Amino acid sequence: MRNDLRVVSGLVPDGSRVLDLGCGAGELLSHLATRGCRGTGVDTDEEAVLGAIRSGVSVIELDVDHDLGEFADDTYDVVVLSRTLQALHRPADVLTEIRRIGRRCVVSVPNFGLWKHRAFLAVRGRMPVSRALPHEWFDTPNIHLATLPDMEALFARTRWDVEQRVLLDESGSPLRRQAGGNLRAGAAAYLLQR
Amino acid sequence: MATLGLTKPQRVVLFTEDDPLRLAGGRTLGPVEVAFETYGELSPERDNVVFVCHALTGDAHAAGEHPDDGRRGWWDNLIGPGKPVDTDRFFVVCPNLLGGCQGTTGPSSPNPETGHSYGRDFPILQMSDFVAVHRALLDHLGIERVMAAVGGSLGGMQVLQWAVEHPEQIEHAVVVAASARLSAQNIAFSAVAREAIMRDPDFQDGHYFESDKKPEIGLAIARMMAHITYLSDEAMTEKFGRRLQQGEEPGFRFGVDFQVESYLAHQGRSFLDRFDAMSYLYLTRVMDYYDPFADPDAVTRVAAGGTHFLVVSFDTDWRFSTSHSREIVRTLEHAGVPVSFREIRSPWGHDSFLLQPPGYHPTVQAFLDHADDCRAQRGGA
Repeated sequence: MRNDLRVVSGLVPDGSRVLDLGCGAGELLSHLATRGCRGTGVDTDEEAVLGAIRSGVSVIELDVDHDLGEFADDTYDVVVLSRTLQALHRPADVLTEIRRIGRRCVVSVPNFGLWKHRAFLAVRGRMPVSRALPHEWFDTPNIHLATLPDMEALFARTRWDVEQRVLLDESGSPLRRQAGGNLRAGAAAYLLQR
Repeated sequence: MATLGLTKPQRVVLFTEDDPLRLAGGRTLGPVEVAFETYGELSPERDNVVFVCHALTGDAHAAGEHPDDGRRGWWDNLIGPGKPVDTDRFFVVCPNLLGGCQGTTGPSSPNPETGHSYGRDFPILQMSDFVAVHRALLDHLGIERVMAAVGGSLGGMQVLQWAVEHPEQIEHAVVVAASARLSAQNIAFSAVAREAIMRDPDFQDGHYFESDKKPEIGLAIARMMAHITYLSDEAMTEKFGRRLQQGEEPGFRFGVDFQVESYLAHQGRSFLDRFDAMSYLYLTRVMDYYDPFADPDAVTRVAAGGTHFLVVSFDTDWRFSTSHSREIVRTLEHAGVPVSFREIRSPWGHDSFLLQPPGYHPTVQAFLDHADDCRAQRGGA
């Protein structure tokens, strides 16, 4: 399993009902099923959806930006946005909508504030490309890049409280020291509660 | 593409006059004979069954070549060796529907009380009556549970009804281009089709079986209109455009001039050879009244039963549009029932469920492969 998914799964309590938005081939939900979780994935990538169905993960092909109205109030314990929020057109609206569907939300996002990204931009004057942000600006799925303070401001604005924050290195593993995060983290995973 | 070769139709009497089928509407029906076909081999554990439910005018001949005329089954592209419904691995059962006219007891069958065809004396059916007969057929074959039940359109509705009533009997349910509740527009189309049949002078109040005339004009018109609803505007444009049947100049007359008119006329005509007007009335009416989730306990029952669902719709299907499928998905998902959903892009409208738009068959295959994995794991445990 991807390193950051391990961290994300660690933030999901055993036995939860989980909605995984941008579930890919359902790796996280497959793993969570071994811990007594039940869940539904959402994705639009055909190969990913087929992979999820093939591995027994229930997946609903919907557009996260527009179709979350399909899900009823308070139907999930945890809603997961793993490396998804930065690829959405309307991240603030989606975070607000999720508050209706689930009590908790786990978000993992790349950190544009990593010192290397800042240096890349400062020294070369070009958009950073790194292990955490591996795409060129013109073909990246990540259309809303933010630093960790930016992200936390958005959580506050959409009335989510940060219950837990795990800083990750560029490979998605947790950093040993959690201090000075915005400069040192390639990404972060948040457990939010409403 | 590999096909099954010749497939053999079978018949069995499942209910008798003395031990009749008790219908949801309260009446009894017996004898009930069922025509069905099976493909592949039943595993020793009897756990590899895929039950196929057909749509409004389908029959038991779902795959392979018919022994009489070599006609390919209506789902031959989906069912066969190495296909999504893989007859090398699965034992496939497909019966003709109750109320039909292609081997299973219906309005054209003899009424034991009179010796004549039932005609309009045939009882009104409900979706659960189809399921009762399907279950009796399984019983006859010595099968307790099915690995998967698969159906499109009215077939998908049977699958959904079955899972609502007996979810413990269906491990995986595939519901394609179906609806859990027809809209006013859907009912309106069926109403016009039925009116065309019933207003035909040869309908004779439903007792035409004993005469030498049948409501052929009405049935052909019903079929022509239904065909319009099965195709998308885009598909019709691609298939026919405004092309003329003969010559390059329009005839400025009322007969068949455009190719699309000729196509509809042909569809209407050829339907007369294989379908009965009374069956058309009875079967369309079942769909109109169908509303499984009107019972608030229904979805709770499904959730407790453990059936996994795959729901598929097609983006140009306007007969049962994606909104119908999404309503099924929403209802199931809200109740915590495992359900996967895809809307497949296809230019072909409702008919897409019989065709192979990209992504459709791989989706069914992925779901059934997983069903097969579950079976293998159980076997190994």
